[in-house]
Amino acid sequence: MADLFSQIQYYLGFTFVQRALIAGILISLCAALLGVSLVLKRYSMIGDGLSHVGFGATAIAAVLNLTDASLYVSIPIVVISAFFLLRINENTKIKGDAAIGIISSGALAVGTVIISFTNGLNTDVCNYLFGSPLTMTKSDVYLSVALSIVVLLLFVLFYNKIFAVTFDESFMKATGLRANLYNTVIAVLTAVTIVLGMKVMGALLISALIIFPAVSSMRVCKSFLAVTVSSAVIAVVCFIIGLAVSCVYVSPAGYTLPTGATIVIINIVVFLVLSAVKKITTLKKK
Amino acid sequence: MSLISCKNLSVAYDGKTVVNNLSFSVDEGDAVCIVGENGSGKTTLMKSLLGLVKTSGGCIEFSGGLFQSEIGYLPQQTEVQKDFPASVNEIVLSGCLNKTKGPFFSKKEKAKAAYNMELLGITHLKKRCYQELSGGQQQRVLLARALCATKKILLLDEPVAGLDPIVTAELYDLIKKLNREDKLTVIMVSHDIPGSMDIANKILHLNHNGSFFGTTDEYEKSDFGKHFLGGGANG
Ligand SMILES: Nc1ncnc2c1ncn2[C@@H]1O[C@H](COP(=O)(O)OP(=O)(O)OP(=O)(O)O)[C@@H](O)[C@H]1O
Ligand SMILES: [Mg+2]
Repeated sequence: MADLFSQIQYYLGFTFVQRALIAGILISLCAALLGVSLVLKRYSMIGDGLSHVGFGATAIAAVLNLTDASLYVSIPIVVISAFFLLRINENTKIKGDAAIGIISSGALAVGTVIISFTNGLNTDVCNYLFGSPLTMTKSDVYLSVALSIVVLLLFVLFYNKIFAVTFDESFMKATGLRANLYNTVIAVLTAVTIVLGMKVMGALLISALIIFPAVSSMRVCKSFLAVTVSSAVIAVVCFIIGLAVSCVYVSPAGYTLPTGATIVIINIVVFLVLSAVKKITTLKKK
Repeated sequence: MSLISCKNLSVAYDGKTVVNNLSFSVDEGDAVCIVGENGSGKTTLMKSLLGLVKTSGGCIEFSGGLFQSEIGYLPQQTEVQKDFPASVNEIVLSGCLNKTKGPFFSKKEKAKAAYNMELLGITHLKKRCYQELSGGQQQRVLLARALCATKKILLLDEPVAGLDPIVTAELYDLIKKLNREDKLTVIMVSHDIPGSMDIANKILHLNHNGSFFGTTDEYEKSDFGKHFLGGGANG
């Protein structure tokens, strides 16, 4: 045990680990908070779609030789796609899930093809898809920290409105509030969070950061505030444990574990534990 | 003074007309009851007044300084999903949102929510999860939310559906009191004709082929009223 702690201490001495930790905690917080609303609005797949668009955008940035500034390319593209996906969802005549499927697989395909035009990006492709928090550059980290603090602040300021638009959009409209404005706020915050989260979790796993903490805390919590707070806590705890395990644990084959995937596995464990807790408490009540 | 007036209003879903060429107006202090058989378009009319469904013809005018943010609304059905985590307190408070200036609720708004919960006898359910309540309890939560949102006018779509006789009577008294003493204008959809005749001063009867709008007395004498009230109502 003491050995484990000294090992963690050893890793915390590296600046790249510190960066990954700080950026990752903030991004997990953003994703978990927005996730509650997205899951309840049945929008969670939008997160998935947007992350694939983010992948395509990152690929475009790479082709344009803007790899170092890829966030500046992908954030606007993903924010714009978020508007479109929301519009499609409002328009009941087009099946929302099919549209998301088209956009997400389309963006993934376009991104992959574009990447083959540039040379020697194979490890980078892997990083886009599965994340690599430990390779985040200093400027990436600064931008992520700044943007996620903005997202968190806006979330707190809009909290009551986000609850209302999640619970009953038509009541909000009926009583003179601009529900669409708050939907847009949610979409923009989500888009920014997803692009930032891609660095940590990768395009394929970022939606886990949005969905898991929310569904886990919905197992046991009964009020919106409780669900929001506990998914924030779950997200941060899972991120820290996941990062620690992926740094410290070495598989029998001699490799360390991929960070993003490890974080998702920890989230799955928490979800299963809380589901079991719910089963047991409901059985006891009977 | 007229608050809402509709002229030749028509509403259609996918080209199928539901409300056809309807004209009526609601004055300040009125208690208008909307009656009619299932599917005659009462909910649709309510929603078009609130701007939730598009009209296909005619116009709806708010006058007398009525703003949308002064409306309280009780929907007939809320499409709240089964496992939505929300406490009674959170839902009732969300009714105050159209009055909040800053990002958070003020003391006054919290007090208002508490007052309305007390009024509807749901204070003891404050911390409970909405989805775990009975249908009648849920109805009262949504009514408390509507009361938080209203300043001038209250639109209620079947407020007593699913309530027991005692609570129904209490609720009618409450609506009557809000209308007479607090001068709230009320528009209410109801299938309970005798009960609502007692509250209403005007009746809007919707029918697939035509409609009636007038005072309760006129309604009782009209063919619409005679037919609909039948022998069942002795009001
Ligand atoms: N979203 C919708 N899309 C298409 N048609 C609809 C929609 N909502 C209602 N309708 C149709 O419009 C008609 C009027 O419906 P509405 O809900 O207004 O009736 P209602 O008078 O409120 O009935 P009830 O007494 O059962 O509440 C019905 O024939 C219904 O099938
Ligand atoms: Mg109806």
